[in-house]
Amino acid sequence: MKLARRIYALSIIPIISVLLALLVGAILIIVTSPASQGELDLLLPIKAYEALLEGATGISFLNTDDGALAFAFSIDPDRAARALTSTLVAAGPLVLTGLAVGVGFKAGLFNIGGTGQVLVGGIFAALAGAAVAEQPVPVAVTIAVLAGALGGALYGFIPGALKAFTGAHEVVVTIMLNSLAAFVIIGLVNDIFKITGPTFARTADVGNAILPVLFGRDGNVGIFIAFAMVPLAYFLIYRTTLGFEIRTVGANPSAARYAGMSPRRLIILTLSMCGMFAGLAGAIVILGPSLGYYPAVFGTTIGFAGITVALLGRSHPVGIAFAALLLGGMNAGAPAMQIEADIQREIIDVIQGLILLFLAMEVVIRRLLRVRAESIAPEELQTVSASYGQGSTT
Amino acid sequence: MDFLYQIPVLGFVFQIVGYLIDAVVNTNLAPQTLALATPIALGAMCGVMNERSGVVNIGIEGMMLTAAFVGFMAAVIVDDAMPDAQPSAFFGFTPALLVGVLAAIGAGMLVSALHAWMSISVRADQIISGTVINIIALGLTSYLNRTIQPSGSAGTFDSFHPPEALVDLPIVGWIFNMFLSQGPITMSVIVIVIILQVLLFRSRWGLRTRAVGEHPRAADTVGVNVFALRYRNVILGGIFAGLAGAWLTLEFNASFQNGMTANRGFIALAAVIFGRWTPIGAFGGALLFMFSEALGVAIRSNPPPGDLGVWLSGIQASYPSIYNNSFSALPYILTIIVLAGVVGRSIAPAAVGQPYVKEGAH
Repeated sequence: MKLARRIYALSIIPIISVLLALLVGAILIIVTSPASQGELDLLLPIKAYEALLEGATGISFLNTDDGALAFAFSIDPDRAARALTSTLVAAGPLVLTGLAVGVGFKAGLFNIGGTGQVLVGGIFAALAGAAVAEQPVPVAVTIAVLAGALGGALYGFIPGALKAFTGAHEVVVTIMLNSLAAFVIIGLVNDIFKITGPTFARTADVGNAILPVLFGRDGNVGIFIAFAMVPLAYFLIYRTTLGFEIRTVGANPSAARYAGMSPRRLIILTLSMCGMFAGLAGAIVILGPSLGYYPAVFGTTIGFAGITVALLGRSHPVGIAFAALLLGGMNAGAPAMQIEADIQREIIDVIQGLILLFLAMEVVIRRLLRVRAESIAPEELQTVSASYGQGSTT
Repeated sequence: MDFLYQIPVLGFVFQIVGYLIDAVVNTNLAPQTLALATPIALGAMCGVMNERSGVVNIGIEGMMLTAAFVGFMAAVIVDDAMPDAQPSAFFGFTPALLVGVLAAIGAGMLVSALHAWMSISVRADQIISGTVINIIALGLTSYLNRTIQPSGSAGTFDSFHPPEALVDLPIVGWIFNMFLSQGPITMSVIVIVIILQVLLFRSRWGLRTRAVGEHPRAADTVGVNVFALRYRNVILGGIFAGLAGAWLTLEFNASFQNGMTANRGFIALAAVIFGRWTPIGAFGGALLFMFSEALGVAIRSNPPPGDLGVWLSGIQASYPSIYNNSFSALPYILTIIVLAGVVGRSIAPAAVGQPYVKEGAH
């Protein structure tokens, strides 16, 4: 009973936020239905969300064959297997970018640099993978994935070191580094690492370093790499001395200093680790069976989505895994929604942004709905914003 | 003059200086730089207004994008309703463009009001509030743009053509050319920057704003209404983000593309820090950032003389993409250097990022 109450208190705000976001999304779909369908369609959100759910899980609860809507629960096993596989494939990188933000929160650091770290991790993985393309599969995959993690860690080290030694705030530095990574990598791929042959600029194929498919069309090793990081991160944060130090410096930097911990070392270490998670995300996207090379024009939103994932999961590794599955499911179901209900897939981005909006205004939600719930925002977040105006942390 | 270029090392410097002067004075580089710097300078004014009163704003990008879309849609709708309206001789004003600009400003203020409410009343994390605005703005404008698929366009404002005599003046002619051969929004920037600079440092409002940004408790003690002032400044800041959006779809382009702000809001944030939270400084930062881009374009079309030109053309021929992208990357590198305190420290207003809680109230 006690556990059930605890789970309720922990999850009620995220659940309400998701429901409210879906509700606002539904209103948006209805309001824009004259443009998308040619007439005002009050039932369109139901159709859209049903297609979304079916695309993400294979569960269907509507029968739209004869034009009229009829309730009919059904699961097509083939479709469900395909849908769940694509949900897992989409969720993998989000778990990692979620950890890249969430672990930072624990230390009172806001890592907005997920995007840049994903790109750097991706290019490192692609280049290392191309270099070991002829090696046996286990060797090639291991080296390429580790190279991605290393690339991300290096790119997380930069804001960490700048913050520790100069006090430059990590939020602004990582925003700048996001754009910087994009420009530098486009230049490098176009001028140096481009291979001749393909019609567009891209790096060489990674050959044997491509992540082996284990089930379904594209259910690959990357999923396991990503979800394996969840217990690892949990152990690190809650069961090791380093994790204790990270949590202490996040909750109260001066207390940590008085206790003899070095905030400098912890800032550098934590941001490098955040970068490593995001770099891994880049590696499993680039090495995944649908790519296998780094295209010069490679835009990705998984870095920013990591912020939503981390907050939705209360920056706890287990929560992050659930949040990533939810967002991954939305991304996986979006194409089905676009085809079956003719709703542009960008609505997913709006809904994910709205989730974040409602999470951010949880104080209002708690007051309005009078729910007994724990605050969603990690307490360490106060350390983040409060440090913005101060020149130095050490 | 060529003999100067032959001196080792120093000759190289002469070449660079000579080329820069030539590029600024004799080509169209100066007006082009000012035009490109407009949305960044305006976004930076929004940032200065926010951060000087103690509110972090990383949502400038989203505010701009929303304003660009709303302004464009409003202009297209009005243009459809009154197809016979003739552009006036003055900047090519049409009712559609005018309504578009007003709608863009309104949209900028509305999004800013959301940010103000989240940051000041709800006391949500201000960095997250800005991130929310960026994510929703990109998603919502892309969704609406794809769903509605607006056809047609309301055109753009015309540039003003200063009298030839003024532009041809020796030594100072290029300055007139730079500031006068512009559309209305670009031309308004310089006025806005100067007014804001004077108000911020020479008026009662400015003193109060800076006090609220540095030490809200002290300001409250002497009777300044911290909440009201922050609300007012953040929402007024939205005007500038809105104008920046209007520049994108009503002055520079005549259409809306998804994500067309292309990081300009983040460069604006960089300009604020680069300019140490002053309007003039931020404007200078925006000009410097865009001058480097414009210079990159100029060198491509017209390489400088002597060794310098050979050297630059060589890099450009071998590594065209790295060469071009390094000019785009420059603002970000400069900002990180400034933040790290390598060339003098840049310190934010002390209370930035902290929601204000009145003593005793909860």
